[in-house]
Amino acid sequence: MQEIMKKRASELLLDGTVSRVIGWKAGDFVYDITPAVFESAEEIEKDFVYTAFCGANLSKYLVKESKKPGKTLVFLKPCDSYSFAQLVKEHRVNRDSVYAVAVECRGKADVDKIRDCGVKGICGISEENGTLTVDTVYGDKTLPLSEVMLEKCASCKTRKHAVYDELLGEEGEEVADCDRFGKVRELESMTPEERYEFWRGELSRCIRCNACRNVCPACTCEKCVFDNDNSGIAQKAAADSFEENMFHIIRAFHVAGRCTDCGECTRVCPQKIPLHLLNRKFIKDINELYGDYQAGADPDTRPPLTDFRTTDAEPSIVYRRGEK
Amino acid sequence: MYRIPEQNLDRLFSLTAEKSKLYIPADTAAGTAQFMPWKEGLKLTDAHNTVRSAKDFFFPQTENLVGFRVEGKSIEVIDVREETEDFVVFGVRACDVRSFSILDKVFLADPVDTYYKNRREHGTILSLACNMPEETCFCGTFGIDCAAPGGDVQMWQTDGWFYLEPLTEKGNAYIDTVSSLLEECGGEAAAECRRAIDAVKKKLPLAGLTTEGFGGDKMAELFDSEKWGELAEACLGCGTCTFVCPTCQCYDIRDFNTGHGISRFRCWDSCMYSDFTKMSAGQPRLTQLERFRQRFMHKLVYFPANNDGEFGCVGCGRCLSKCPISMNIVKVMKNLTEGDQ
Repeated sequence: MQEIMKKRASELLLDGTVSRVIGWKAGDFVYDITPAVFESAEEIEKDFVYTAFCGANLSKYLVKESKKPGKTLVFLKPCDSYSFAQLVKEHRVNRDSVYAVAVECRGKADVDKIRDCGVKGICGISEENGTLTVDTVYGDKTLPLSEVMLEKCASCKTRKHAVYDELLGEEGEEVADCDRFGKVRELESMTPEERYEFWRGELSRCIRCNACRNVCPACTCEKCVFDNDNSGIAQKAAADSFEENMFHIIRAFHVAGRCTDCGECTRVCPQKIPLHLLNRKFIKDINELYGDYQAGADPDTRPPLTDFRTTDAEPSIVYRRGEK
Repeated sequence: MYRIPEQNLDRLFSLTAEKSKLYIPADTAAGTAQFMPWKEGLKLTDAHNTVRSAKDFFFPQTENLVGFRVEGKSIEVIDVREETEDFVVFGVRACDVRSFSILDKVFLADPVDTYYKNRREHGTILSLACNMPEETCFCGTFGIDCAAPGGDVQMWQTDGWFYLEPLTEKGNAYIDTVSSLLEECGGEAAAECRRAIDAVKKKLPLAGLTTEGFGGDKMAELFDSEKWGELAEACLGCGTCTFVCPTCQCYDIRDFNTGHGISRFRCWDSCMYSDFTKMSAGQPRLTQLERFRQRFMHKLVYFPANNDGEFGCVGCGRCLSKCPISMNIVKVMKNLTEGDQ
């Protein structure tokens, strides 16, 4: 797949169809891949990679790159394509200046999960037919990819792209046995006190690095309220640790109905906080109240939270406090 | 040299905690390691290092400095300082131990930061040698020896024993408080452990990384390097690298209206943030490129320029494993000196 992508990116750069390519750049240890903009076939040849560690969603980089002259090629995995479509829908990315190339994906690996299996000193990793062979300072280890996938891949909802200009590889199907709301249901079945304790515990690890916000394709405000000195929010130094908790809850409210469930927030969290669960709770509620809705699935459907109808369900009637 | 069998570690913790607060690196519910106050049943982590560094003990993420009570036209200044209790930190790695001496250069230089000094004086550091360093480790680049980690007492874990060697007065005082559990021994086992670690160090993938090309005298050429644009390109502008870093020491001081008065607090700041060092005239570093450059120039050029050549990085590797887009100081060093080394 990587070679096909490199060949196609180089062709499109050379024939002038695109002026730059957003892709993934090789690191020092195989797993430490960095999103990058490539402007020549030589750069592509030297550093471009597409491996089991290309979990990063490249669509948000288009907010900046698509404003440059010429077309920008972006490689999109199925989940990334929903983020892209949503950004176009919100007029944050100019569709005409993007050449979207869909690439197949069978799930990406999480190096932290590999470490959790007791693997230390990782020097290299190779993948063959769903098996990872990890070369370490302390000897070789093999692991099935399926057991060390990123959370977002372990609960993948679809391997089919929302939108693209060109497809490389084979288009996938929706994942029939995906149960991405399982953990949300488990939380719903808790008492309010238990649920409060769960979230206070998880969010107590937050260091307010803002990685979740900054990576989020739905968070593209020119100036976030939490960065605005005049907002009266003491964002860097909570007077009370509950403020940290509120940051995540406010953010989840802000992206409700726009979050495509791309899972980047959880992937980047240095403290392994399962932030996607907040978003999935909103998605599940929206589905139940207003009918199934997938952000970024198509350019025309109005998002349920900005589309008022007199027949809309009244949440306080559908859900009584604390119980269904 | 003293030693205690591994199975007696809980007794050591228990006895230590009777005399003072004790913190050990342990696993959170999510499986991440962090320093936690010891209580019965808390186990030492298997993880190589904690996500947050040990700098938190001396330079916490946020702290109140002073309070003000306003009534009519009078302002009462409230000193909120309290004498810190004695505390012991068990299992600090060599990189974090070195970070304290870097922080000392900032906070104990004139004018002395009394908040920091207070905590520093009350803390006893028990370091632990690294038997299995990670691929992200490069403390050797900065002359740090993870086989002899330093601190008040340095420890090695080998063949079912913990070996303890006191290095300072505080270290001797600690050994006295727990001597009933320790037995005196020779230094052969620890020396053997050191040799084994030295052999592992040579195999680490970043073993060859040097500081050549960096330092206080490289200011102009590195500042003007054309490579910063490409290096900073994918940076999200989050503060992960700065907040997990044991040596990042930038802070902000702000006033918070509590509703009953004013609380003046200090909090970690991050040069990656858009409002870092923002003044009335605006933000001096307009784009992420300048902010990104600031972080690495500070560690590799400005800090050594002002501190007799000492670098502001200890090679702990936290930014390597935690950056959301895998950009880090090693990639920056390699890239800036590409072709030179």
